[in-house]
Amino acid sequence: MAEAMQTAQALPAGSEGKRSGGWWGMIALIVTEGSLFGYLLFSYFYLASQTEQHWPPEGLPDLLIPGINTLILLSSSIFVWISERCIQSRQMRWSIASMALAVILGVCFVVIQLHEWNDKSYDMAANLYGSLYFTITGFHMLHVIVGLIILLLLLLWLGLGYFDNRRYAAVTIGGLYWHFVDVVWLFVFTSLYLTPYLY
Amino acid sequence: MTHNTPDLSLNRVPEMGSAPIGSAAEIRLAELWETAPGWRGWLSTVDHKTIGLRYLVTAFIFLLMGGVEALIMRLQLAGPEQNLLTPEQYNQLFTMHGITMIFLYSLPILSGFSNYLWPLMLGSRDMAFPRLNALSYWIFLFAGLFLYVSFPLGEAPNAGWFNYVPFAGLEYNTGPNIDVYALGMVLLGISTTVGSINFVVTLFRMRAPGMSISRVPILVWGTLTASVANIFAIPSVSLAFFLLWLDRRIGTHFFDVVNGGKPLLWQHLFWMFGHPWVYAVVLPAMGIVSDALPTFCRRPLVGYSAVALSTMATMLLGFGVWIHHMFATGLPTLALSFFGAASMVISIPSAVAVFAWIATIWLGRPVFNTPFLFFAGFVILFVIGGLSGVMTAAVPLDFQLNETYFIVAHLHYVLLGINVFPVIGGIYYWFPKFFGRMMNETLGKWSFWVMFIGFNLGFFPMHVAGLLGMPRRIYTYAPHMGWNMVNMITSVGSFVFALGILLFLVNVLVSLKRGALTTPNPWDAPTLEWATPSPPPAYNFAVIPIIASRHPLWEDRLDEGGGRSSLEQGYLLMEGRETLGTTSLDADPDIILKMPDDSLAPFFLGLFSALVFAGLLLHWQNFTILMVLACSLSLAAWMWPRKTLLQRVPDACEEGAAHG
Repeated sequence: MAEAMQTAQALPAGSEGKRSGGWWGMIALIVTEGSLFGYLLFSYFYLASQTEQHWPPEGLPDLLIPGINTLILLSSSIFVWISERCIQSRQMRWSIASMALAVILGVCFVVIQLHEWNDKSYDMAANLYGSLYFTITGFHMLHVIVGLIILLLLLLWLGLGYFDNRRYAAVTIGGLYWHFVDVVWLFVFTSLYLTPYLY
Repeated sequence: MTHNTPDLSLNRVPEMGSAPIGSAAEIRLAELWETAPGWRGWLSTVDHKTIGLRYLVTAFIFLLMGGVEALIMRLQLAGPEQNLLTPEQYNQLFTMHGITMIFLYSLPILSGFSNYLWPLMLGSRDMAFPRLNALSYWIFLFAGLFLYVSFPLGEAPNAGWFNYVPFAGLEYNTGPNIDVYALGMVLLGISTTVGSINFVVTLFRMRAPGMSISRVPILVWGTLTASVANIFAIPSVSLAFFLLWLDRRIGTHFFDVVNGGKPLLWQHLFWMFGHPWVYAVVLPAMGIVSDALPTFCRRPLVGYSAVALSTMATMLLGFGVWIHHMFATGLPTLALSFFGAASMVISIPSAVAVFAWIATIWLGRPVFNTPFLFFAGFVILFVIGGLSGVMTAAVPLDFQLNETYFIVAHLHYVLLGINVFPVIGGIYYWFPKFFGRMMNETLGKWSFWVMFIGFNLGFFPMHVAGLLGMPRRIYTYAPHMGWNMVNMITSVGSFVFALGILLFLVNVLVSLKRGALTTPNPWDAPTLEWATPSPPPAYNFAVIPIIASRHPLWEDRLDEGGGRSSLEQGYLLMEGRETLGTTSLDADPDIILKMPDDSLAPFFLGLFSALVFAGLLLHWQNFTILMVLACSLSLAAWMWPRKTLLQRVPDACEEGAAHG
């Protein structure tokens, strides 16, 4: 009981930032999604290490456009982060603007990536490399689209004035997912675009 | 104090006090937490106790279905050259038997126990994510139906539960059978994943204040370990099945030998998941024994820390042994040696647990009633199954035994011995908590002995059949092979075992109606779930207790030091559905968590998800897209920030009032 008495301190109530259940749940979700990409890349390297085909079939990948696209995706993460900082300092308009910019950059990534897909001379059924390339980048594209829907919802909720500097856990949690989508792209990009230069 | 409008301030000092049954506070709590009657309440409830019981009942029905499949196979194999089943029917039966027992029974039944018991053991009012919990159940149910729906049409999965390519590929298996399995497993994987996330976050956030990490029951350690493993391992099998489906229906080449694909990739992805899964379906069951056996030995478990650590160690090693399922595939000797050695090392943490149980019995004053018999019987079966496991970990011996009935014997000793026996014992043990009535003891002892004798009679001769060279998965055999006697004994044993299960079921039904009414703690057990009434009220604990030791109900006689737990006086928390969030290791009060009300969103999200997969199976493109949209809308509605959960700031909440 002695222990009980000393806890007579005020506690936050409800979804308070990183103390909320959602934050912990998102971390767990990211661990399992990260594992999924781990197994995807394992499959890529497992099959690549044993293949006797041209790998990639069209020769070494061009790095310019995918490189720029990578930077676009990463910069969108920065704006999501800025958006959250703006809520903390009660600059709600800047927060909304920053989130909107992040969404636009995310959409740019999708458009450029779709263009990349279009330019390939093969599809996912043509050869083993195509199966891997389109499945892995397709999985990532799916995550980007889910992430964009999340960002759009956050933008809507910010616009509706749901959040202020006291309660904004949804932005923290949704933002974390977007950062994950961006970080995992670095692994996909390194595996599919950079490692072919090593052998 | 008026309760018409709940206090929605952003910070407040949690009220302490007591709320005995019948007090105004207790009545208010019951109003807050009880599910509305009628079909709406039935579909929308998020009460972990209801969900836990649903898991238990559904998984048990799957156990019975898988059992009937096994009995039909045993009739076919009772004598040589029988014609009860065609080879194709036999293929579908053994495949569905494996799928049912491994995926639809063995983990879900343990999730049932953990869902029901965790918040009660941890001193919380619900799991961390009550709605996610409901979603996990609904998807499990729909995935089970999905996997079974093609069975009556004669198009059930038919390539064995580990479904090796190229046999499972389109070239050799043109029907919908394998597509049902592939899509059903991806669907089931969603259920397992969200369920596991819920357990992990619940452990880290929802323990009663004072219940530091070294004071949680072993069942919690077991389920935590299994859940962490699932979070890492499930994506592997979901991916494998998804790639197989792409190969079959989209024309990719992952497992397609002609175009550079590798069948062994399937085996790697499957067993990188499969072996951790084996431990996921036994570690929580071992936890049941570690918690319940000491009650009947009238002393605490010997070596709590050693058992908790060995649980974790088993799983950690379990991630590094998957190749022992692939010894005969022509991998390099170095790999075989490494994985053979790793597989043998696992016997060390397993032995730690076994010796802890034996020491607990040895040093205690055992009460020989039905649950004790099941737990003691489990220890014997675990040792037998463990020993045959060490034998197959030896690479040269495995070359000889691989794909024979010896392996079938081993895996049944492990899975029935370490899962089914603790589960039945656990139901005898917690039945009074679930339903407020005791189970019949005479019938209970009969059911144990019939099950135990039938099990050994049925499965021990399988070792012999395997050593005599009988391959698994053959639908019949020639009379001169020398396998007639062992097969007949096995078939007889399997029916005796089934009779034991039947006695258990009769006992459940009779006891539900006529069992003696019980007190909160009929076994005089030490852990927190027994501090609640039997059955527990909707809110679990009228006040969130404050915990001072590992055995809150045995403190007076054990006197372990560290003071007394406070069970009557504690945190009231009744401004809406609330419970206490605590810090991860020390369980200091950290936050007042607002818990969601009952909701239909989980049911509909589960239903629409299942329909997405149905659409994929039937190649209904537009329907699939429509269902994906329905899923997205359900999710958005679910996630919409709510003022009552303080996910956004309520209008009335002024800056000044926040620090009231």
